[in-house]
Amino acid sequence: MSLAKRIIPCLDVDDGRVVKGVQFVDIRDAGDPVEVAKRYNEAGADEITFLDITASHQGRDTTAHTVERIASEVFIPLTVGGGIRTNDDIRRMLNAGADKVGINSAAVHNPDFVKAASDRFGAQCIVVAIDAKQVSAEGEPLRWEIFTHGGRKPTGIDAVEWATRMSDYGAGEILLTSMDRDGTKNGFDLALTRAISEAVPVPVIASGGVGNLQHLADGVLEGQADAVLAASIFHFGEYTVNEAKLYMQERGIEVRL
Amino acid sequence: MTETVAVIDYGMGNLHSVASALGKVSTQNVVVTSDAAEVSAADRVIFPGVGAIGDCMSEIRRLGFDQLLREQVSSGKPVLGICVGMQALLSHSEESGGTDCIDLFPGQVKFFGHDLKSAAGEPLKVPHMGWNQVAQVEHPLWHNIADQSRFYFVHSYYVEDTGTEVKGRCQYGVEFAAALGRDNLFAVQFHPEKSHTAGLQLLQNFVGWNGQS
Repeated sequence: MSLAKRIIPCLDVDDGRVVKGVQFVDIRDAGDPVEVAKRYNEAGADEITFLDITASHQGRDTTAHTVERIASEVFIPLTVGGGIRTNDDIRRMLNAGADKVGINSAAVHNPDFVKAASDRFGAQCIVVAIDAKQVSAEGEPLRWEIFTHGGRKPTGIDAVEWATRMSDYGAGEILLTSMDRDGTKNGFDLALTRAISEAVPVPVIASGGVGNLQHLADGVLEGQADAVLAASIFHFGEYTVNEAKLYMQERGIEVRL
Repeated sequence: MTETVAVIDYGMGNLHSVASALGKVSTQNVVVTSDAAEVSAADRVIFPGVGAIGDCMSEIRRLGFDQLLREQVSSGKPVLGICVGMQALLSHSEESGGTDCIDLFPGQVKFFGHDLKSAAGEPLKVPHMGWNQVAQVEHPLWHNIADQSRFYFVHSYYVEDTGTEVKGRCQYGVEFAAALGRDNLFAVQFHPEKSHTAGLQLLQNFVGWNGQS
């Protein structure tokens, strides 16, 4: 009897619509985040994460409205990331029904924002999202740095130090994405995941690179992740969340079935 | 006449989710309110809470909700505390440099600690975040929920196991009280409004409960 490792489907949402094509065969409107979230909820997802990629300010209102609609129908935890820059942004998402918010570039630009947000709203709802890339050359000891702008802009900040600092500042959880692996389907960067997970006292969600169920299990068993996040393997119906859980259970991982 | 459930709003928490979950499982009138008269007029009361207990308790005291809550409990109507709303019912919490709470349940709220380990000696992350199993002690609010069902928890402080009033136990490095109950008062550490089928069933049981245990 112990805490289950979590499986978290992630949706990219632009102006209130799911993008990067979710392809459920029997879903009425695969672009509607509420329909998709309901489906994942029924399928046994432990949480749902929304990455809001909306650029415009008007679009942010749409996002809050979308979160509200989802929270009225989906009774599992909901995290909203993307474009969270101020306490007002956080308040708006929490009031709409989000349980946690993901802070990414705003933390890099102003680390004290994480402190202020955690003091105000509690560590339990502050997730710091970290985009990391390996910077060590072959043969050197492994080292990763934080990148912004979708992995294009280096910051010179060491990823392990950054994760430690963010948990000291009051992050309740770290969402760790390997920019080397994101979209490759080659599996998580397990060394990175493990390095961060061992360094911080708070839960770590592994993200970036999942192509099959083995990858999910590896994230937990080798990467020491507390939760695993995936998008395309679930969106395109290659695997269901339940299949993923059964597979992980066979590998000796505690899951919620 | 339609009964009313009041969700007490003291500015600390995501009340939207609690209200929508109640709306999902019942046809009772749900009011999210900081109006003492409205709370007193309701047939049932939910006392939620998230964030730091120090901030919660100062708001509760400033608004006089500690007294309001005691009155609701002594009136005999069903009252449900959730998460920090449960912790606030204890005598005292270690959080926020030590905080005196409402003292409706005798007992302490303690920090999981920085060196929390599983029975197998593995280090455990704090906050305790995610789906964990609850060992039930017989109570009407567990009706139609299998023993050892998983509920969603997120907390860094826990209610110590105080014995007879514990209605559910959970393990995370230590064994702690996941649910407390006495007469018409019940409280849970987890978030029923975020705990899918099992959580919704508990809320449904609460809105149908007559307050007798």
